[in-house]
This record gives sequence, C-alpha cells and structure tokens, in this order.
Amino acid sequence: MKKTYKIDVDCANCANKMEDATKKTEGVKDAVVNFMTLKMSVEFEEGYDPKEVMPRVLENCRIVEDECEIFFK
Amino acid sequence: MNKKQKKMLTRIVISAVLVVICYLLPLEGIWRFIAFMIPYVIIGYDILRKAFKGIMNKQVFDENFLMATATVGAICLGEYSEAVAVMLFYQIGELFQSYAVGKSRKNITELMDIRPDYANVEIDGSIEQVDPDEVEVGTIITVLPGEKIPMDGVIVEGASRLDTSALTGESVPRKAEENDEVISGCINLEGVLKIRTTREFGESTVSKILDLVENASSKKSRSEQFITRFAHYYTPVVCYSALALALLPPIVLLLTGKDPSWSTWIYRALTFLVISCPCALVISIPLSFFGGIGGASNQGILIKGSNYLEMLSQVDTLVFDKTGTITKGVFAVNEIEYCEDKDKLLEYAAHCECYSNHPIARSIKEAYGKDIDESRISDVQEISGHGITAKVDEVTVACGNDKLMKMLKVDYKHTESYGTVVYVAIDNKFAGSIIVSDVLKDNAEKAFKDFPNMGIKKTIMLSGDRNEVAQAIGKKLSISEVYGELLPQEKVDKLEEILSRSNTTAYVGDGINDAPALSRSDVGISMGALGSDAAIEAADVVLMDDDINKLPKAIRIARKCIRIVYENIYFAIGVKVICLILGALGLGNMWLAIFADVGVMVIAVMNAMRALNTRNI
Repeated sequence: MKKTYKIDVDCANCANKMEDATKKTEGVKDAVVNFMTLKMSVEFEEGYDPKEVMPRVLENCRIVEDECEIFFK
Repeated sequence: MNKKQKKMLTRIVISAVLVVICYLLPLEGIWRFIAFMIPYVIIGYDILRKAFKGIMNKQVFDENFLMATATVGAICLGEYSEAVAVMLFYQIGELFQSYAVGKSRKNITELMDIRPDYANVEIDGSIEQVDPDEVEVGTIITVLPGEKIPMDGVIVEGASRLDTSALTGESVPRKAEENDEVISGCINLEGVLKIRTTREFGESTVSKILDLVENASSKKSRSEQFITRFAHYYTPVVCYSALALALLPPIVLLLTGKDPSWSTWIYRALTFLVISCPCALVISIPLSFFGGIGGASNQGILIKGSNYLEMLSQVDTLVFDKTGTITKGVFAVNEIEYCEDKDKLLEYAAHCECYSNHPIARSIKEAYGKDIDESRISDVQEISGHGITAKVDEVTVACGNDKLMKMLKVDYKHTESYGTVVYVAIDNKFAGSIIVSDVLKDNAEKAFKDFPNMGIKKTIMLSGDRNEVAQAIGKKLSISEVYGELLPQEKVDKLEEILSRSNTTAYVGDGINDAPALSRSDVGISMGALGSDAAIEAADVVLMDDDINKLPKAIRIARKCIRIVYENIYFAIGVKVICLILGALGLGNMWLAIFADVGVMVIAVMNAMRALNTRNI
C-alpha cells in the first residue's frame, strides 16, 4: 500500500535525512521525500497498518531532524 | 516570509549589529572573548545544538557539523570576528535559500492553480456549495460565469465559452454547448452551465493532472542522482583532507626541524571546512528541475519526471505517428483543379452527394458550407464502387472516381494526388476534380522547419496509411525517413530498429493505439491529451492540446533547464575546488571561504529560479 503525506521541513538535506530514517523504519518498504512539494510518499510492507507505522516513522525522523513534521491523522 | 524566517531575520540583524559594536569596542583578553560570544551564540545556537545531536546520532558529516567545527576552531585560534561572520553569513545563506525555495514553491502552485474549491449543487431547490470530493457521479452541478468546472461532465443546459489556458496554455477560449463534454479545470467565461458529472472528483482530469505534476520530481534524473552521490562522498573527503591539512604539514615541518606553525595550518584547515559545504548543489539542482517541470506545465506540457526532462533535452531522433499527430485525422477538401468557377463546382458536387454519408461526401458538403436545397435534386443514383449521378437544376451531375468517368465516357483529365480524387462531370462534360485528403495540422510546417535548426538529426514518420499518402506528406514536410503501410505491430518493430541505431529517440503519438510504442521509446510524447486518459497514462511527456508547435517548445524548455543544471554543477564545483586549492596554499582566508559557500549558493539558487520562466521560449 502506498500513501502520501504532507510534511514540513526546512532544508533539502534534512529532507534526505528524513527519507533515510523513514526507509529504515519497521513496516516501511520504500519511501520518497520530495522537498520541493513538501510531500512524502510511503510504501508500506504487507500486513502493516499505516496508522501504526506512521507514529514510528515520525519518531525516527525526529531523531535525525527534530524540527520536522509529518501530517497524518 | 513566514514566522520562522522572520525570527531568523531578527537574529541575523541583532547579531550583525552586535558584532560590529564588538569590533569597534577597545576590548582586550577575556572581555573581548565574552563580548564576541554574545552575537555568536545568538546566531549559532541552533547550529551548535544540531551538530551535537548529529554526533550523538552517529550522523556526523553534515553542514551543521562543518560550521560548528570551523567556527569553534576559529574561536580557539582567537579569530573571534571571523567565527561570528562565518556563522552569520551561513545563516543569511540558509535564510535566502529557504525564502527562494518558498517563493518558487508558491509560484508553481499559482501556475498550477486549477484545483476547484467547491461545486454548486442544487439541494432542495436552493444552490449550495459543497466539497468537490463529496459530489457523486451523475449529479447535476451548476457552474456560474467566472467559476472553475470542478469535475468532468456533460452539459445538460446552457452554452458558453471556456477558458482552457490553465490546462493547455492555449489562450483562445473553446465553445461549449449542450451535450458537449467538458473537462474539469476549465473556467466558464459567460453563461450559466448545468453539468451532469460523469466522473468523481478524484478521477477527474484536474485531479489527475495535479497528481502527475506533484509527483513528477520524485523520479530523479541522472544529474540529481549524481549530486546525491557526490554530496555523500564529498563532505567526508573534505573533512579528512582538512584534518590531514591541519596535522601533516606541521608534523613534517617539525620532523625536519623547522617551525611547525600549528595555528597557520589549522586556520587553513578550518577555511577548508567552511568551503566544503555542498549546499549550493544540493539545493539548486532539484530546484532547477522543479522550476523546469512547473514552467512547462504552465505551457500545457506535462513532464512526468526529472529523468524525462533530461532525456527530452538530449533527443536527436523524433519518430512520429501520422494520423492525429502530424495530420488532423479528418478529411477535408484540399484542392480543386481544372475548373474556373470553383464555388459553382462545389455547389453541384455537394448537391449531387447530398444523400451520401461517406466521409468524402461529408467533407465536400462541409467545404460548400451552405444549406442544401433538396428540392433542386432529383434522380439520385448511387453506383457502388464508382460514384453518384444526380439531376441538379435540370443538369446532370456525376461525381466519382476515374471508373465512373470511363463508364460515362467522359473525357476527363487524370489528376495525380496523394489524396482521394473526386472527378465531377456536368452534362457529361468534365468540369473539374476535387481533391479530398487528410489535412496537416496548422503548425506542422513551422514545427518541422524548426527541428533541423534545433539540432534534431532525424525525423521519421511511421504510418498505417497508404504508402503514397505517407510519402507525399513526408516530402511536403521534409521528413528524413517515411514508412507507410505498417500494421500496429510492425510500427513497434520499426521503432525497435530505429532505437538500436540512434542515441535518444522520442516517439510522438496521440496515445490512441500506440501505447506500446510510447512506452518502448526513450521518451514517449503524447499529443492532444486533454480528455484522453490513455494518452496521459502511457506517455512520459504529455502535450495537453493538439498544437504540434508545443513539441519544439517542450524540447527547448528541457534544454534550458538542463543547461541551468550543468551551469550550476560546473560553477559550484569549480569555484569550490579553486577556493580549496587557494585555501590549502594559504592564499585564501575565511572571507574567501564564506564567498565559496554562501555566495556560490545564492548565485546558484538565483540561476536555478530562471528555469521557471518558460514564457518566451
């Protein structure tokens, strides 16, 4: 499953760091962060619920870039 | 400017003022240190904190780390003012970058401002505005003059003209009447329209286009991948070189019994660190692509990824489909020969063919353009495979091919043409011939004149049509190679063969039955895609309307964008390498380093923003 989220982050390099952190999160198959459009599309592994994975993604992103934000409900 | 940027600006101004005051005050020793620490902390506390966090997270080599080490090092050497200046200019650069990116982001969203905010739905006799997402298929919506059509549908009441410029870049409005299909994203210019929706908002053209543009830059081009890899190696390499520069020369000097002059070498190593920040590249390359894709979509050219933009700029062979791409795919009267009074001839021919529904008969009636008075016609005879004879105003008119003329023993003049020839005889005397053929698109000749000047080496046309027809069109447009009478599968085989002998090939089609060819070529370009989902899906580059002139334009936009990208790569890396060498030799100081970092970044970003301007290409 693939989902797109709006994000907020300050610099291009920070966006790359978020992409790396997201990819390493459990339950995430692949992730692309687009700094220009401030969007992040996440492909989830089968059997994982995005609602459970996304808080972990945010947590991991916050470790590498503490001022970032991902908007998911 | 947003809140964060304003806060940063305040910090910059305060610390800039403070550093000037510190510089002018006659302070000595520890007091001087303390005085300079105030602006240093104001401007750099977040960088220091991020650098510290980076080390904690084992993500050492980033720009925060570089800046923190360089400035702390400078402070240790007693170069207080330079330390603050480096931090200050670094932050100015960051602020500028964030402002520039925000600005171009805003520009592009404005260019693509086609998302409708609401739909007017009649509920219990009164019109209410609802979220387009909530409107079901088959609902009747009302679109007032000046409003955007929120979703695709069919007009059930009203007539108007529609502004399609946001979708196609075409400024001439389109007419729309009852029973016409309309596309979301167009602006209603005149009358009130009632539209029965045929698609949900999420499936409508406007949503698809927005989705496509927004996702375009996630497909990365080779130059972007190069920069990511470059930045990955570059920063550590420079850091280790800086370390080597700080340690090796003094040790060698020490061993040979000379003065090691530690502080000189450490200072040189620190300038190295300041220069080493790869920001200029990391931000300006994606920004250029983003601008190029955004600017192109403003002109009605959708490019599905940076990689396709890059390919498009390198295209040297263009392969075209004929019908629907170079020609309009409709029959029309092209020429009338051997005849004095052409209008009279058309009038007789149109009346003679009055009851026929054949495409050729229809095009003759269309060329006549006036109403046909059926009372003037009698004795209509259709001779299958030959043509039609009829009595019009007491004269006998015969319209048909050469067989008909031979059958009626008319002394006709044979006409050589790539189109279909209709011979007309009046009272058994040859009166002239009407040539009906598929017509070239309005701008085809102009576009094909452009291609050789643009460095396109070869233009090739593949067609399923008769060979003579294909060759005649090829000759008219000076197309390098023409292949006619190809079956769909043969088209793909031919394309494979062309791909194997040329560098970068683009296939241009209308997407209707050439999806395999579109996806097989290096760049698949579909034309006239407005309203055709197949064409939007299958192609890499989508020209929203029928104008073939968009093709040279798309190539020019791509080339401009790629030129900017390379300018930035060479400029940024070049300046940095020169500054690194000067720094290592001791010819450059911290100020040069600041220019190499922030100055280059500002110039590169401003250059990148040029990619957005595609209006006069």
